[in-house]
Amino acid sequence: MSDLVQVDKLRVVARAEEGAEITIVKDVSFSIPRGEVLALIGESGSGKTTIALALMGYARRGCHIEGGLIRVGDTDVTALKRKELRSLRGRRVSYVAQSAASGFDPAMKIMDQILETTRIHKTLPRQEAEAKAVDLFRALALPEPESIGSRYPHQVSGGQLQRLMAAMALITDPELVIFDEPTTALDVTTQIDVLRAFKHVVAERGITAVYVSHDLAVVAQMADQVVVLNQGEVRESGRTGQIIKAPTDDYTRQLLAAARPALRSATVELEADVPVLAVEGVSAGYGKIGRDGRPAIPILEDISLAIPRGTTLGVIGESGSGKSTLARAIAGLIPPTAGTLKLAGETLPNDMSQRTRDQFRRVQIVFQNADTALNPSHSVERILARPLAFYHGLQEQGRKQRVRELLDLVRLPATIAEQPCSRLSGGQKQRINLARALAAEPDLILCDEVTSALDTVVATAILDLLTELRRELKVSYMFISHDISTVRAVCDDVLVLYAGRKVEQGGREHFAAPPFHPYTDLLINSVPELEQGWLESAAQSRKLAPVNARGEGLCPFLERCPVRIEGKCSTEPPPWRQLALGNAVLCHHTEADLHGTASLNTARANASY
Amino acid sequence: MNTIVTLLLRRLGISLVTLLLVSAVVFLITNLLPGDPAQEMLGQAATPEVVEALREKLGLNQPAHIRYLNWLGSLLSGSPGVSLANNMPVAELVADRLPRSLMLAGTTTVVAVPFALFVGIVAAMYHGRRADSIISTAVMFVVAVPEFLVATVAVLIFAVELGWLSAVSYAPQDPTLGQFLATYALPVLTLSLVLVGQMARMTRAALIEQLQQPYIEMAVLKGASPARVVLRHALPNAVGPIANAVALSLSYLMGGVVIIEVIFNYPGIASLMVDSVTNRDFPLLQACAMLFCTGYLILVLMADTAAILSNPKLRK
Repeated sequence: MSDLVQVDKLRVVARAEEGAEITIVKDVSFSIPRGEVLALIGESGSGKTTIALALMGYARRGCHIEGGLIRVGDTDVTALKRKELRSLRGRRVSYVAQSAASGFDPAMKIMDQILETTRIHKTLPRQEAEAKAVDLFRALALPEPESIGSRYPHQVSGGQLQRLMAAMALITDPELVIFDEPTTALDVTTQIDVLRAFKHVVAERGITAVYVSHDLAVVAQMADQVVVLNQGEVRESGRTGQIIKAPTDDYTRQLLAAARPALRSATVELEADVPVLAVEGVSAGYGKIGRDGRPAIPILEDISLAIPRGTTLGVIGESGSGKSTLARAIAGLIPPTAGTLKLAGETLPNDMSQRTRDQFRRVQIVFQNADTALNPSHSVERILARPLAFYHGLQEQGRKQRVRELLDLVRLPATIAEQPCSRLSGGQKQRINLARALAAEPDLILCDEVTSALDTVVATAILDLLTELRRELKVSYMFISHDISTVRAVCDDVLVLYAGRKVEQGGREHFAAPPFHPYTDLLINSVPELEQGWLESAAQSRKLAPVNARGEGLCPFLERCPVRIEGKCSTEPPPWRQLALGNAVLCHHTEADLHGTASLNTARANASY
Repeated sequence: MNTIVTLLLRRLGISLVTLLLVSAVVFLITNLLPGDPAQEMLGQAATPEVVEALREKLGLNQPAHIRYLNWLGSLLSGSPGVSLANNMPVAELVADRLPRSLMLAGTTTVVAVPFALFVGIVAAMYHGRRADSIISTAVMFVVAVPEFLVATVAVLIFAVELGWLSAVSYAPQDPTLGQFLATYALPVLTLSLVLVGQMARMTRAALIEQLQQPYIEMAVLKGASPARVVLRHALPNAVGPIANAVALSLSYLMGGVVIIEVIFNYPGIASLMVDSVTNRDFPLLQACAMLFCTGYLILVLMADTAAILSNPKLRK
């Protein structure tokens, strides 16, 4: 048999705090032929990472491999002694961690960390190893392959670090490489390049790999075989094509459905009155405010938007585009340095200290991470009672009553009220987080990446809840996300931010087909499709020559724009262009041009909507 | 390179400003002490005229801010006045005691710091296992026992019962190695016990925090040995907190060793300061206080420098 890896009835057990043992991986079996990529897919708690780590004979603190067979080549991994395991790890089986940013030692140069593996296992002398590393950097399409190794991890971008970590895993020519959610922490536009680089080296070197992910669309690009896991058990396994086209298990179907968010419409009867929120020419940033009235680190520049009552505005952009800063500026956490905010027609003071309690009440913010936004030692009731007392002055009895109503509103049982937040699941915490905002009875809720930290199935339920609440309470949302399909699914209008500037705005229906702003186009076409071969057919990002920008207020996307007009984009500020369908873009290109510049596969990419 | 130099220079500047503020506080507090030094020196029998004359001579009649500036000037010129108790220059008194204090502190540092780091690292490596709980319990025990008890028991055992060492630590000029050991063994042992506990605990905590970082798991999965994981990866990232814990512990060696000096009759600077308080000997007291603060600031500055140098995000 040419199987490189064979796992049979693997059981991994975790010791809970009370001393009881919980089986977190239950009799999992699979095998991987040489040169193939197997994907372990599932939500958090499915045991996918635990299984992957077990292939290296490693279990995290508090866990141990209790039984079953793990064979890599001719070696029975479970029978190895500590020292033998050390010579397996990094040499024969290597690992690419989820977050390269925390997987690299911050105090050591990258090249030293990559060569450490060759030093530990004495595979190559330093000079040869260094040359090999540079070759790998080239194969992984890293910039400045000769010198990038002499930097420290914090001097390199996230996408580059992830590829450097792959180089670290490949330097010893291992038999098996484990990729543990290697692109989850990256922006889509970065992810596509990293996936392409991975796919290239895997194919070129005939690497056998395990690819751990929660994202079916990514797995469809990378894997030959898929194992679907749920709560430590195998639900279904098979060839990738079969799993995504003809799943036999209900859970797999559920995962597939969650990967394609359905459009939710909840457009309530619009009363033709002033918008709930109007933002005009707002700029904001961090640091000291200089003499010209601009902060030391400007983030947002000249943002204008309006949210009509009962509607949802989606704000989309990459990390660092200023999405969260926009929410914070509106909430008053970072006072805007220019521009005005209007709440239902009345001026909302930029500085938080000048806002009235009622103004506070009417704008609520829900943070991305409910784990850190809620005090883990407070009970649900205490968390919800605070805004009730603060904004509405409710007494004991009224508060209890209202807490029950709020829990009902977010579809949680009333019995949960006594529980401390630390006992709740991620999805429940996010519901409490939302209920806390609802307790104020706001006009506008600023949702900052509220589903990003959740599993797809749980996130889908939260999106449904948001839509229902909107229908019931006529509340308006500003919905911030990095995920265009989520934004398109729940928002009426979409605003695209790039480097703190608005580059496009319009109704969601206009984001299904071109013309788009070139950045929107890149963003939409970087989202992996649930279809094999998408990665190969997706438009390659071209290497762009550096621009010689002259002048103020130029297009923020200039450096990365594949269709920029030399001489024009680098010297003149772009105009706001109203497109026939209703979108507005910040671009020199005319509408006809933008049709032509859109990627070839845009039409196909949107076929599923 | 520039950023790090400015960072260190700024740090140095902050230290100097701190020192200036400390000098003002020291001056203020010593002036708040009850009792008039002139009266104290002349005794109860002195006539008011004589006391007044002495006050005039000592400059005690001048306004406080003038006295402060005069004192600051004399401090900077290296001659911080004359002792009120015995008319000797303060600089001379300090110069006699300071080397002995530094000798004791230095010897203790050389013994205690490597030992504490070793204990802390071992405890962190075996975090959660038996070796760790034994070490942690022992360390807690040592921290909890007061130093005078340790010192007294040590004297009882080694000096009184066994008669190996002298109970009084007074080193002759140019001691032989044997004399040196006999003199320093007991005070150094006692001081080390006090310091090792604190430093080892902080080292352990700082390392354990690093050992839970994902990059440590990564190193383990590269096949690194436990020793390599700790020494090559965790320790460089824990230098900042460890250096600060060491600096705080060592600063105790300057002024906090009064009890040790008294028990072993060791003529160090801490007992000089205690004497100066009982004698209302302001110039000497102020000089000692400034000396301790300077020592403390130097240690903290060294710790910060180590933290800055060990962090590549700050070192550019």
